[in-house]
Amino acid sequence: MKNIISNINKAFDHRVRLGIMSVLMVNEYADFTSLKELLGVTDGNIASHIKALEKVGYVKVEKSFIDRKPNTRYSATKSGRNDFQKHIAAIENLLNQTQSKQ
Amino acid sequence: MNNEKYIKDLREIKQMMNRSSRFISLSGLAGVFAGCYAIIGVVLAKTILKNKGDSSIIGLEPEITNAANQELVIQFLILAIGVLVLAIGTAVFLTTRKAQKNNEKIWDNTSKRLLINFFSPLGAGGIFCLVLLQYGLFSLIAPCMLIFYGLALIHASKYTFGDLRSLGYSNMILGLIATQFLNFGLYFWAIGFGLFHIVYGIWMYNKYDRKNT
Repeated sequence: MKNIISNINKAFDHRVRLGIMSVLMVNEYADFTSLKELLGVTDGNIASHIKALEKVGYVKVEKSFIDRKPNTRYSATKSGRNDFQKHIAAIENLLNQTQSKQ
Repeated sequence: MNNEKYIKDLREIKQMMNRSSRFISLSGLAGVFAGCYAIIGVVLAKTILKNKGDSSIIGLEPEITNAANQELVIQFLILAIGVLVLAIGTAVFLTTRKAQKNNEKIWDNTSKRLLINFFSPLGAGGIFCLVLLQYGLFSLIAPCMLIFYGLALIHASKYTFGDLRSLGYSNMILGLIATQFLNFGLYFWAIGFGLFHIVYGIWMYNKYDRKNT
């Protein structure tokens, strides 16, 4: 039981961060605007969550220019992918356990 | 006590993964329409052939195309393009409508990706069919169209409803079978582009569209 709880990752423990990681898991990369539109939150909100994920090394930021306009795109790092998968597995485990207890 | 939250989390993860990578506004009804156009097209083609009184001109041998044959080829080509334009037009119209109804964007990364991945194998197939036409290998055109269309669907299914894959496999296999019955090309074409589309379209409509209306 202890093991399972320790796999629940605090870094993902927020709706917006879960959303960002979900998008980046199935896409090679995503830019700021599409992330914002998909999740339906404000610029500042999403920026702070991306920064938090970047700090722990789960999200990689690439800045470039497309048609001379600055474009920032985000992708999930290898450790981000691994830990997110562990996180989902931990949630599923937890739900299964409580279900079988009832 | 946290169970509710975690169940919600999982649901949201799944939804976000689907919404960001797959184009889900594709209309099932469009498939039904495309199938109907295809069958009407085949009936028209049959009538043209009957009026010519000779259906053997669509043969395997690379024959010297005489004037009558050339006229037939042009009529068939116009017919095929007509069916294609109608089918795509209806699909675009119905899909746009469905997207608007669900408040989804019609032109975003997912739809772009879907179109590129659908039309690149299909375009190659289209050109290859024109090459068959060029060499007078008429009877291989119908199987070839089915095979390439099937491959295009299989390829595109990763970017929209996964169910599209089954339609792709059905058309691809049908096309391969059709290569062994070259005199019945039109019938195979009617089954693949007509019947399969209608059956699949109704199934998709029931599964995804009806409960939302």
